[in-house]
Amino acid sequence: MSSKQESMDVSVWRGDEQSGRFEHFEVPAQESQTILDVVSWIQQHQDPTLSYRYACRVGMCGSCAMMVNGVPRWTCRTHVKKVLDGNRLEVAPLRNLPVIKDLATDMDPFFDKWVAAEGMHHPSKTRDDPIETINPESADRQVANAGIECINCSVCYAACDTVSGNPDYLGPAALQRAWTVYNDAKDADKQLVLDAVSGRGGCHNCHSQGSCTMHCPNELNPLDAIAGLKRASAASFFKRRR
Amino acid sequence: MLDLRLYMLQRISALIMAPLTLGHLAVMIYAIQGGLSASEILSRTQGSLLWFLFYGLFVLAVSVHAGIGLRVIVFEILKLKGVALDVFTWGICLLLMAIGARAVMAVTLL
Repeated sequence: MSSKQESMDVSVWRGDEQSGRFEHFEVPAQESQTILDVVSWIQQHQDPTLSYRYACRVGMCGSCAMMVNGVPRWTCRTHVKKVLDGNRLEVAPLRNLPVIKDLATDMDPFFDKWVAAEGMHHPSKTRDDPIETINPESADRQVANAGIECINCSVCYAACDTVSGNPDYLGPAALQRAWTVYNDAKDADKQLVLDAVSGRGGCHNCHSQGSCTMHCPNELNPLDAIAGLKRASAASFFKRRR
Repeated sequence: MLDLRLYMLQRISALIMAPLTLGHLAVMIYAIQGGLSASEILSRTQGSLLWFLFYGLFVLAVSVHAGIGLRVIVFEILKLKGVALDVFTWGICLLLMAIGARAVMAVTLL
């Protein structure tokens, strides 16, 4: 490295939902630097009042997602070199969620929609029954497995233009969870899941633009899960009318 | 905003429209090959139950499909909601149905 350390011009959103502005910080550039490192450096060296959220720092907890140069990303696993625009970085709170302060968003609407989509286990047995054996190679289990690595980071939710246009829309993460539950052999109430995702904010509002799949940091495919829900609900539409 | 019932109506109306559109284009291309005039075409369509059902079904499918499609656009872009959104959806559907029915009757009734 050169003796004179290079620096970056970093714009960080300060304020809340009602009012705010981008504030500029000069941050020293370092090798192997992540966006979370940049935000932490500002909080530790420039302004201790900067609010943001993180926990594990290794891409497992899903806490640190933010908009980086207009794109939703997990900041702990995003290298500065990958996203630096010339010498500039812009860091803002996640799109489509209320801002609490600075870079911290209120995740309640996101998680409330997981519940609304019935993205939870509906037991088919009691604790006294023997544990059911599931073949990991079965088709249903393979489909269910495709979505289980979701870390609830809300990157897909922030990327979704349908959520922007329709605040009631359940969003890609909740719908992917519902599809995972639907394909779980141990789940007892699949029709309940289909009913939950077939309302006015349900999977049928998805325009299949695919931003969720494009931006998912774990390379999951919520778009495919939503297509699965559309197929399953369409089939149930005819079955229930027989 | 778009529940399963509206989604299915839009998909089913699209399924109906697709072959009818192809049929319409095929007949148009076929009909003008020999240089048929408008009155010659009308003489074949007027009084025909087949063409009444063909274009009547097409108008019904278009009205349903367009009403639901425009509903999505005005909701997401213009933020129209609630009763106003339902009135808009039904308004578009009935308007297209009335205009279409007028055309179908003019072309197929004696």
